[in-house]
Amino acid sequence: MVFKIILGIGLTLVIIAGIALPMVSNPSSFFELPVVPGLEDKARIIFFHVPTAWVCVIAFITSLIYGIQYLRTKEILYDIKSVTAAGLGFLFCILATVTGAIWSKFTWGAFWNWDPRQTSIFVLLLIYGAYFALRSSIEVEEKRASLSAVYSIIAGLTVPFFIFIIPRIVSSLHPDPIINPQGKIHMNPTMLVIFLSSLTGFTAVYYWMFNLRVRFSKLLYQQQMKEQE
Amino acid sequence: MNKIFNINSALTIFIKDFRSELRTRYALNALIMFVITTLAIILFAVANETPSIEISAGILWIVIFFSAMSGMARTFVSEEERGTVMTLHLIAKPSTVFFGKLLFNLILLFLMNIFTVVLYLILIPSFIIKSYDIFLLTIFLGTIGLSAASTIIAAIIAKSNTKGTLYPVLSFPILLPLLMIVIKSTKSALEGIEIAKAMGDFQVMIAYFVVITAVSYLLFDYVWKD
Repeated sequence: MVFKIILGIGLTLVIIAGIALPMVSNPSSFFELPVVPGLEDKARIIFFHVPTAWVCVIAFITSLIYGIQYLRTKEILYDIKSVTAAGLGFLFCILATVTGAIWSKFTWGAFWNWDPRQTSIFVLLLIYGAYFALRSSIEVEEKRASLSAVYSIIAGLTVPFFIFIIPRIVSSLHPDPIINPQGKIHMNPTMLVIFLSSLTGFTAVYYWMFNLRVRFSKLLYQQQMKEQE
Repeated sequence: MNKIFNINSALTIFIKDFRSELRTRYALNALIMFVITTLAIILFAVANETPSIEISAGILWIVIFFSAMSGMARTFVSEEERGTVMTLHLIAKPSTVFFGKLLFNLILLFLMNIFTVVLYLILIPSFIIKSYDIFLLTIFLGTIGLSAASTIIAAIIAKSNTKGTLYPVLSFPILLPLLMIVIKSTKSALEGIEIAKAMGDFQVMIAYFVVITAVSYLLFDYVWKD
């Protein structure tokens, strides 16, 4: 209960701070954000878009790990956890794609222009889509669980290839290499605090949703088992 | 050695598949007709235009991808349909079955790709290869990568209800990195780049094949056993 109240207040503060704090060229006090050259107010998306993409990746990895756990132990609970994580990952993936596309319209002039980041999130969407298409076409529970786990492992292993391949084909306009050319985070302290608390907040929301849905699916599964008896 | 897999049994499974293919010619006929139809549609669509290097390199791999998708799906589905899965379970280890099927897919895809490329070279006059070494290596490495990934996906979809439609859907995200790199490499073959500059691309293709084959080998047990 306390966790939920703290999370609610925290995320409200993050949203207010992310949207309402003024951006000035020389921030002197803690409630002012620096101007990001070339992006201005559009830079505020970092507080909401990056956490959704982050949660999307976290969810994918969670789903993968539970999938491996299922293959090792053959416990149906792990499959429930794996599919729950994948479902949430799909949701956050869509959120990240849509927020990114809207931002891209106002910054680069088009909703979609196959920037490397857009390509990689598109592939992630495709993998999630294929994963659910596969699941819906297998009726036997154990078979569905092990095949979808195998598929997500294979799909997960092809993802690193994009890191090597995409830079060979196109260069990115994504602000990440522009804001952090050395790969280090050097943001203004206020920005960093808002960003990190948004990241934590979104991860906590994901964790909460994950637990809720796992509980729900477990109950549903037990109900089905009873009906079968 | 016994633990890993038996090369002779894998060869036996390959020969069995090859013989049954020669008798029915199901996949071969379907593949040849598929390639011809697709190329005819492309020729009608292109009509009198000369497609640029980028477009003709891309189209070649679109033809290869979808032809592979229409032919490779049969490898495991046919076993399910004929009801011979149980027999294979009894007589061979999962890894043996996997490598036998992989070999069969490899040969089938090689034949198909040679046919496609020859036809493509004849029919599309603007498709002129300037560095043959890059082109041949790309076709070779692209084919082995494609067959490795399509074999394990074929094994997965053989157990599902919607076999044919699901196959390209599941394969595309897995094959996308390979397709991107082979299209780029084909483009450099058309542009006539020296082979030394294309080495990085080949390394990625080899790595892709090795990773996919290793993972398929490790995971095939879970797919194959009921």
